[in-house]
Amino acid sequence: MLTITELTAGYGPITALRGVTLTAEQGRITAVLGANGAGKTTLLRTISGLHRSTSGSVTLDGSTVTRVPAEKMPALGMSHVPEGRGVITELTVEENLRLGGLARGRVKADDLTRIYSLFPPLDERRHVAAATLSGGERQMLVIGRALMARPTLLLLDEPSLGLAPRIVTQIFELLKGLVDNEGLTVLLVEQNARSALSVADHGIVLNLGQVVADDSAATLAADDQLRHAYLGF
Amino acid sequence: MLQFTNTALAGLVLGMIFAAFALALVLIWRSTRILNFAQAPMAVLTTYIALVMIEDGRPYWLAFVVALLAGLVLGAVLERVVIRPVEGKPDINAVILTLGLFIVFKSGAEVIFGTKLRTYPPTFGIRGIEIGDTTIGITTSDFFTIGAVIATLVLLVALFRFTDLGLKMRAAANNQEVAGLLGVKVGAMLTLGWALAAVVGSLSGLLIAAGGLVQPSYMDSIVVFGFIAAVIGGLESPAGAVVGGLLLGFSLSFVSGYLSAQLVALVALGILMTVLTLRPGGLFTATQGRRV
Ligand SMILES: Nc1ncnc2c1ncn2[C@@H]1O[C@H](COP(=O)(O)OP(=O)(O)O)[C@@H](O)[C@H]1O
Ligand SMILES: [Mg+2]
Repeated sequence: MLTITELTAGYGPITALRGVTLTAEQGRITAVLGANGAGKTTLLRTISGLHRSTSGSVTLDGSTVTRVPAEKMPALGMSHVPEGRGVITELTVEENLRLGGLARGRVKADDLTRIYSLFPPLDERRHVAAATLSGGERQMLVIGRALMARPTLLLLDEPSLGLAPRIVTQIFELLKGLVDNEGLTVLLVEQNARSALSVADHGIVLNLGQVVADDSAATLAADDQLRHAYLGF
Repeated sequence: MLQFTNTALAGLVLGMIFAAFALALVLIWRSTRILNFAQAPMAVLTTYIALVMIEDGRPYWLAFVVALLAGLVLGAVLERVVIRPVEGKPDINAVILTLGLFIVFKSGAEVIFGTKLRTYPPTFGIRGIEIGDTTIGITTSDFFTIGAVIATLVLLVALFRFTDLGLKMRAAANNQEVAGLLGVKVGAMLTLGWALAAVVGSLSGLLIAAGGLVQPSYMDSIVVFGFIAAVIGGLESPAGAVVGGLLLGFSLSFVSGYLSAQLVALVALGILMTVLTLRPGGLFTATQGRRV
């Protein structure tokens, strides 16, 4: 379980997060929604240690990780798939996956097999350069790579961006499966609020760096006023 | 026929020496996108360490190993202390910095070791190999040079292709932020890249020095060719560095053997321009051009 308390962060004079408090429950998908510029990416980057907070705290499964640098997070069970996916295009598909597994010291053959069975398109393309993958395949690759570290918490930044609706549905179903079957906790950042709420259990709406709504996904999706004001559908 | 064979053999040895120098440049370029202009005087310093040990009567190969280790330490310390602060800043900062280091190390070598020519003993024999009753222009020392460079190439390729450490180094070189998110200690990988490069650079310094005369500027003549070899090879790939080095070594040897030694620099430039016109990123590079 991830708990964030009064988190504030910014870029020089710009404040991007203003006292954000939220929880991502164990074994649930929590969606973080909001318009472009709301602070969603900054939130994930601050949680995973890529960006420094100015105040507030981040707790993962009871231990404070506020000042822990990003490279130590995978070993603590947190995997962050960044905005724009972060495929290392110069490496092959399998090398990208192996890299994910190295966070646990050594790469286990079982883990690779598991990822290939979750994402069959990757299996066929193991040894090709990741640069040749389609958008959907890249998204599968980065999620698979994150799972190689066997995380307890997965942070996803706009996985649906630029993907066909059919692929988005496929990827979200798969996430749902992992959450239900393996107790994975997911913090899912999306501008595509409609799709995100259809798969999430809980939702948080950010506006200009502040939490303006925090409720069950069903309640948020049913709130016409909120939808029109912040979610754009 | 004998002249042809000897010219080819001389080209091979020369090419291997260029290759060693180019390999070191490639290692640093891959990991930090910096062209290390200070590489030659760094190699000069470590070679002098070995030479002083040999002159003091220590075992030849102990001095050799100590010089390589000195390179390792020098490369690591440089990256940590001098290069780290300019990483991620505009490329020109690092270029100027390594040029500055070039001057510092070179004058340092002059001050510490003096400018007089000193003899560096050869690795092995320096008499041509005899086949039947002809002596061909390659020596046991030359075989050592060729073997050492090939071994270095094989080890580097194996490191990058087949080991977890090599995978982390490549990831850190290609995308620092993503590598960090995956738990790679990016800083350590960059330091290691510089350290390895400096070891290979030291090796090139020792190979050039062995059997010849040493003074603080003894590397100057090969620096330009080493850079050209690295660029021809595409700056990214260890194999490219070796192919670039050999291409240059053979061409220059034939030009000076059959035409005129005066033409060598001109021909090197010609090869560089031809390769870059046909393949702007160099011979061994992915399709997109290089950002220099
Ligand atoms: N590197 C940066 N430098 C300066 N300002 C930034 C930077 N990244 C984001 N911002 C600003 O911070 C705010 C939040 O951005 P971001 O977290 O990217 O929002 P979102 O992911 O919700 O689109 C925006 O006002 C944005 O302009
Ligand atoms: Mg964003």
